[in-house]
Amino acid sequence: MHEFRYEPVQLPASAQALRSEVRAFIAEEVASEAFTPSRNSWNSFDADFSRRCGERGYIGMRWPKQYGGHERSALERYVVTEEMLAGGAPVGAHWVADRQSGHQILRYGSDRAKQTILPKIAAGVCFFSIGMSEPDSGSDLAAARTRATQVEGGWNITGTKVWTSGAHRTNYLIALARTAPKEEDRHAGMTQFIVDLSHPGVTVRPIYNLYGGHDFNEVVFDEFFVPDDMILGGVGMGWKMVTGELAFERSGPDRFLSTYQLLLESIRAIGPDPDDRSANEIGRFVAHLATLRRMSTSVAGMLERGAQPIVEAALVKDIGTTFEREVPETFRHLIPTEPTLGDGGSYPELLGMTILRAPGFTIRGGTREILRGMIARGLGLR
Amino acid sequence: MSEMRNDLLKTIDRIFDEHCAKPVRESAEAGEWPAALWQALEEVGVARAALPEAAGGSGIEFEDAMFALRRSAYHAAPVPLAETMLAGRLLSAAGIAVPEGGLTVAPVQRNDQLKFAKTAAGATVSGTAHRVPWGNVCAYAMVVGELGGKSMVGLISTAGAADGVEKNLAGEPRALLKFERAPLIAFAPLEGALSRLETEGALYRSVQMAGALERTLEHALLYANERVQFGRPIAKFQAIQHMLAVLAGQVAAASAAADAAVETSGLAPDEFAVSVAKSRIGEAAGKGAEIAHQVHGAMGYTREHNLHYSTRRLWSWRDEFGNETYWQTRIGRGVAASGADALWPMLSRL
Repeated sequence: MHEFRYEPVQLPASAQALRSEVRAFIAEEVASEAFTPSRNSWNSFDADFSRRCGERGYIGMRWPKQYGGHERSALERYVVTEEMLAGGAPVGAHWVADRQSGHQILRYGSDRAKQTILPKIAAGVCFFSIGMSEPDSGSDLAAARTRATQVEGGWNITGTKVWTSGAHRTNYLIALARTAPKEEDRHAGMTQFIVDLSHPGVTVRPIYNLYGGHDFNEVVFDEFFVPDDMILGGVGMGWKMVTGELAFERSGPDRFLSTYQLLLESIRAIGPDPDDRSANEIGRFVAHLATLRRMSTSVAGMLERGAQPIVEAALVKDIGTTFEREVPETFRHLIPTEPTLGDGGSYPELLGMTILRAPGFTIRGGTREILRGMIARGLGLR
Repeated sequence: MSEMRNDLLKTIDRIFDEHCAKPVRESAEAGEWPAALWQALEEVGVARAALPEAAGGSGIEFEDAMFALRRSAYHAAPVPLAETMLAGRLLSAAGIAVPEGGLTVAPVQRNDQLKFAKTAAGATVSGTAHRVPWGNVCAYAMVVGELGGKSMVGLISTAGAADGVEKNLAGEPRALLKFERAPLIAFAPLEGALSRLETEGALYRSVQMAGALERTLEHALLYANERVQFGRPIAKFQAIQHMLAVLAGQVAAASAAADAAVETSGLAPDEFAVSVAKSRIGEAAGKGAEIAHQVHGAMGYTREHNLHYSTRRLWSWRDEFGNETYWQTRIGRGVAASGADALWPMLSRL
């Protein structure tokens, strides 16, 4: 019997207090015109906002205090995350470091890596990118060709990473590289390295996206030196760590709230007395959202208990991103307007921006097709 | 899973294995009452599971009762278990003694109204109720109406009331009941009884659909692993794997929505959670049934294969006690009236 159980999660009283606190913080930020929610997504990079989040203890929440963390629970972190997204906060600068890189360093990093990097991430002044994909290795991560060769005191990395979001303004990335030639087990011989982007031997070039925005980069390493104590886990451990990391990346509220600002503004535009069709569509989205939130909080509870809910997380991302993509496709029928290029300052611009970003929702963090393959494996079909 | 839940699961699965085989389902569709199955369910207390112990309940918690209901739908059991539980919950909420045996509820359609009238001896009910589930089979019905402007619950005998029987797509009887100054056995006021009947009915159908969806997925996985074409099981084809992954997503969402609604409806149905469940699960029912049939090919289109016992129930139940459009429109109107800024506080209150 293949039973997917999304057990209920009881949020601790402290999480409710935290929720009010974050909500008040965001309201203050919006009131002081620090940001406009409808212009943002969780990719929006705002280093000043991240620093203020760090000051308030909203980054590295689960980490030990000795590394600048706050020793809070996964559910408390979840509450902060979902409040930030629902409030349209520009969390893009610290997002990757907080969601996955810091967690990996805490678990697999050397003492020096933990002591020098984690406190800065938690302070909201140190940002990370993800160095997994390559020109010939996207969904098929094991085909990575970037290689690291052992030298005195460390490793030299040579190769190219692509779709590296934010690398032109982040401080580090974690690079997956081949440290041993490909054998029968193609997942063996991969290692993860912490790369300091301010060091020589690395070139970051923009890859403009379809609407002319600069988020992606190509990152080229030429005999880039990484000291031994900036290896994560151990030589040859890369594959296992990458797959573990993705469970955290896949089940969070960022996998169904990417179009929440458009949903909100659409409800506002439709007004308090909708016609039957609009009421029906709004109701459908709310039903989907309530169910997704239930599933996602439940996965957060499983992660807190130390479980590895890989299939449950993949299911959340698959149906969550499908939902995200339906939001602009539905409201364009209900609110007669023409989507307009711009930064989201008006409804036509918000709609336009969402349509242009939508293809990415079902690609980033593992394509829909890769996820469905993982779900199929979980169902015993592979 | 709790120990109680585990024992219940074993007991219920044993009953259905013994008493709910294909011939039983077929003869039930032909109109024969599955007496042995119902008796076994009564013996272990499942039929009175949703009742408080003071009202003759069997001491099974509400959540466990809903689990039993879900399991009965997984087994496509042709009995009025949901209706009996529903009638019992409303009768006992109004302080009326719950009779033995299978019970039904009326009215179940929004356009139907039953009129209560006071008489010297007590009260009577008049009116027509369409498509009353198992209304021709159950000896008693819990009826809801108004008396002197007050919302009332009553208990009535169905003897002689049935004036024609239709069937839903699963072959379950849906009877036309006509009452003409029929005497109520008991009656008592219950605030908002009509809306509670509708919401609680939607909750039970949601739970049943979640169970039927689980079985549908199981059928599809089993078939895909067995059926060999082009020299390998069709489960090995990526196209099939992706269809089954999508089906699994619908089943998982349905399961989560049903659980959320059950957990918040212990004392009385939680209107928002039930609206969400009936909407989301109704959608999953249609999409899930479509994929399961596509995976089964022609075999799933035969009477011989068991898939249709689950899918015909899904296609029926999604339209009973309000379909997706009905509940979604209600949610949408509420959200629009409260305004966009009230949405997140509402979604995040749990």
